[in-house]
Amino acid sequence: MPDDPHHDAAEAADHDNWQLGGTHRKVDAMERMRGITRYTDDLKLPGLLHGKIKRSPHAHARIVSIDTSRALAIAGVHAVVTGRDFPIPYGIIPWTPDENALAVDKALYVGDGVAAVAAVDEETAIEAVDAIEVEYEVLPGLFDPEESLASDLQINPYSRKGNLSKKVELEFGDVEGGLSGAHLVVEGEYFFEGTTHAAIEPHCAVAHVERGGSAGDDGLLTVWSATQVSHYLHRELSKVLEVPAHRIRVIQPPLGGAFGGKSEPFDLEFCVAKLAMITGRPVKILYTREEVFYSHRGRHPMLMKYRTGFSRDGKITAVDANTLIDGGAYSSFGLVTTYYSGQLLCSPYDFGSYRFHSRRAYTNKPACGPKRGHGSVQPRFAIEVQLDKAAVALGVDPIELRRRNDMGEGAKTVNEFQIGSNGFLECLRRVEEASGWKERRTTLPYGRGLGVAGSTYISGTNYPIYPNAMPQAAVQVCLDRSGRARVFSGANDIGQGSNTMLAVIVGEELGLPLEDIRVLSADTDLCPVDLGAYSSRITLMVGNACLDAAHRLRRKVCGAVAKRWEVPVRRVTLVERKAIDIEDPDRHIDIAEAFSWAEEDHGLLGEVGSYNTPKDRHGDYRGGTIGASPAYSFTSHIAEVEVDEETGVVTVGTIWVAHDCGRALSRRIVEGQMEGSAYMGFAEALMEQHIVDPDHGGVHPAPSLLDYRIPTFIDTPQLRSLIVEAPDEQGPYGAKEAGEGPLHPSIPAIANAIYDAVGIRLDSLPFSPPRVLQALEQRRAAEAAGELAPHKGTARRTA
Amino acid sequence: MSSPSPASLLSVRINGEPVQVAVQPHHTLLEVLRYQLDLIGSKQGCDKGDCGACTVQIDGEPQLACLTLAIHAEGRDVTTVEGLATGHGGVHPLQDAFDRWDAAQCGFCTPGILMSAEALVRKTPRPVTDPEVRAALAGNLCRCTGYTKIIDAVIDASRLMHTDDETADGAGQAPTRPAAAAQ
Repeated sequence: MPDDPHHDAAEAADHDNWQLGGTHRKVDAMERMRGITRYTDDLKLPGLLHGKIKRSPHAHARIVSIDTSRALAIAGVHAVVTGRDFPIPYGIIPWTPDENALAVDKALYVGDGVAAVAAVDEETAIEAVDAIEVEYEVLPGLFDPEESLASDLQINPYSRKGNLSKKVELEFGDVEGGLSGAHLVVEGEYFFEGTTHAAIEPHCAVAHVERGGSAGDDGLLTVWSATQVSHYLHRELSKVLEVPAHRIRVIQPPLGGAFGGKSEPFDLEFCVAKLAMITGRPVKILYTREEVFYSHRGRHPMLMKYRTGFSRDGKITAVDANTLIDGGAYSSFGLVTTYYSGQLLCSPYDFGSYRFHSRRAYTNKPACGPKRGHGSVQPRFAIEVQLDKAAVALGVDPIELRRRNDMGEGAKTVNEFQIGSNGFLECLRRVEEASGWKERRTTLPYGRGLGVAGSTYISGTNYPIYPNAMPQAAVQVCLDRSGRARVFSGANDIGQGSNTMLAVIVGEELGLPLEDIRVLSADTDLCPVDLGAYSSRITLMVGNACLDAAHRLRRKVCGAVAKRWEVPVRRVTLVERKAIDIEDPDRHIDIAEAFSWAEEDHGLLGEVGSYNTPKDRHGDYRGGTIGASPAYSFTSHIAEVEVDEETGVVTVGTIWVAHDCGRALSRRIVEGQMEGSAYMGFAEALMEQHIVDPDHGGVHPAPSLLDYRIPTFIDTPQLRSLIVEAPDEQGPYGAKEAGEGPLHPSIPAIANAIYDAVGIRLDSLPFSPPRVLQALEQRRAAEAAGELAPHKGTARRTA
Repeated sequence: MSSPSPASLLSVRINGEPVQVAVQPHHTLLEVLRYQLDLIGSKQGCDKGDCGACTVQIDGEPQLACLTLAIHAEGRDVTTVEGLATGHGGVHPLQDAFDRWDAAQCGFCTPGILMSAEALVRKTPRPVTDPEVRAALAGNLCRCTGYTKIIDAVIDASRLMHTDDETADGAGQAPTRPAAAAQ
């Protein structure tokens, strides 16, 4: 391709770097801190109605009848809708459309939406929801995935295989041979209890239908939603509402956190749209915090049985994984989750051979979906603890064991994914050095310990959610004669800073400070299509598209200046709001004049850049594209813990986080992603648990931010972020992802540190005090029986 | 329609301005600020006192607006994030430090955190420490940052604010003062 952005990236790398790798004020932070920014619930429209969704109190029930007459009779109630108003099923994955906007015949979990109202105010809407009479025929609830797979009672009416949501079996190489020939086989069973995203902003959506004027008589439906996937929402709204896509505009206002929890359509978006279409007035629905917990789509519970073979010197000869995934009531991204539970495990270590068997079951629980580190945080916990057990059994330092299995750069994984740059060894070195591992690990007393873990993650997926060969990202950049730039991108800034990332690239290429760049994003009427904020795709994919557009403009501007100065174009660079002659730096002009010259030569300065993924980097087998990425990030953590043997409380003092992000385009933003990730993993290791109670009909025992226990300022450890840069030729300026990878090692690093501290293996999450005390008890009994030597040589008292 | 309760006339100072507004006696201060007075800077994350996103100051003390009835503010001084920079030339040193440290990711919890942090730095007669920041902000949840950059920013802002104090204290000798320079 004539305008290869990767070629340009290399060219760009040796000129200015006047923005790249610096620290930046985010383009949109100050107005958030002044309280000016309008998030979705801050929108106010004339005539706004308030919507509310009536939810099932039963985990599994047939809907016999719904009587809305009493609700409609209440003054101030404008409309009521039920599942019958949304007969077309949808699903974020096109192959598994297994949910309706509101339940049609059956409610599948406590909290499933069955009807919705629009009324003049929230209190009237609540009154109307209470007045809707639903007659249910209650069915037995199935809460355990094994039980559900064995049952004849099918949960999801759209399922084609009973309660089996998805099954994947893949084998690479000779696993039985690898295990039978191994010097050591480590067997373990691990359980990851589900967790949820708990973004501080609850889901919210507003819809309005405008008629007449440019909207035409058919009208234009605008939906403002706190979503991280405007484009997919746009498509599903069109399908379910039977409104052509060109008559729908989706706008994502500034977003108050997502973490995967807003990455598919939710009932409220369909409901506000339908209610606005019926009433002709704008309608808003804001979830209560309780509704956010029930809507969930969080991390799947997984029961993982692992056998891992090692040679005498600690090389992995075979990995055999068997995973049962509890999916909840709907598919969500479950097809992908089931693949990811096995496919994303095959790096940074070279597996001699590998087999995984993963099954996802429907249960009568809130549906699980993608949470930061989708599908691969759970198996990463299992494999990294397996490695630690092997290190102990073989008498090898756990960091050294990982080094021996490192696959290096340019490797092909056992499941045929092409790895590019690889900074994993450097990550290990950095955390080893920063934590004082070598000196301190051998000298920390009983009760205190250090643990290590590593991981890898994708920088976006090579194939989009719905099959198409169009670019995965496109960005439009316009320059104006005042010397400023506007960037139009469909990508969703969810707080991770993607708008700032785009401004950094445009600033670097066009010599502009960030305050001269306005980024308009995630508006389907204004911006090119982008697939959204998921799978850590934005920096690499949208960054490349932006670089493509910005570089085309740079060439035009530099060319126009070179022509007038009568110098070769390579002598002109753009930096600090100026065009400068590199060989005679005293010769420079204001950037606005340079833009004007370019506009004289070329007409209005606007360029569209696009990016598509390489299609030659995946496995040649069914499912071999799922998990294949243009580039992979690498991470290593060391956690330092203290275990109180009286109370069972585990305190994490510090987590050192080294992450290979390829190239840090903006250092503090990258650090913020690393710290936020490590925090979230820490939270899952010790505190968080998203469960329902089968003994109380499947209700959530803790649907509040107090009872669910997310870490406060006081609970959170010191987080030391160490940026490692192994530039990848696929990324813009070499950049890879930083938003999800750094979560993965937190949990196993803490698990391994607990072992180092007190000699216990906690194979079920979270590592709560009762589990710690029980394991300590067992350890003491084993020591007393002479089955185990005292840990760290310290004789412990028996209970 | 729900039968409205008799409204009360609430007289309150908000961000230094006297405000009179008719409020339902069961409405919270957060509802009145956000939905009647369009002061949208205070956020609703849980509506039950768990997350701290709605933190405002009442008579200088951080309070949860979602757990405070609006009528409780009668005759008091309420400060929201919109009033934080009053007297600081449009940007409070905490806001500037948060901006420099990229301490706001999604920014949804940030207004509440700023209101808690301002009370801490105002009441502490010296630069604040990491444990002090953690204790003072323990009622404010943030889900994005891992808290690290927020702590860095608060400490940094408090240092700068005290550096400014020292400059001001010793300003008699300072030729940089415009008045002194004019003489």
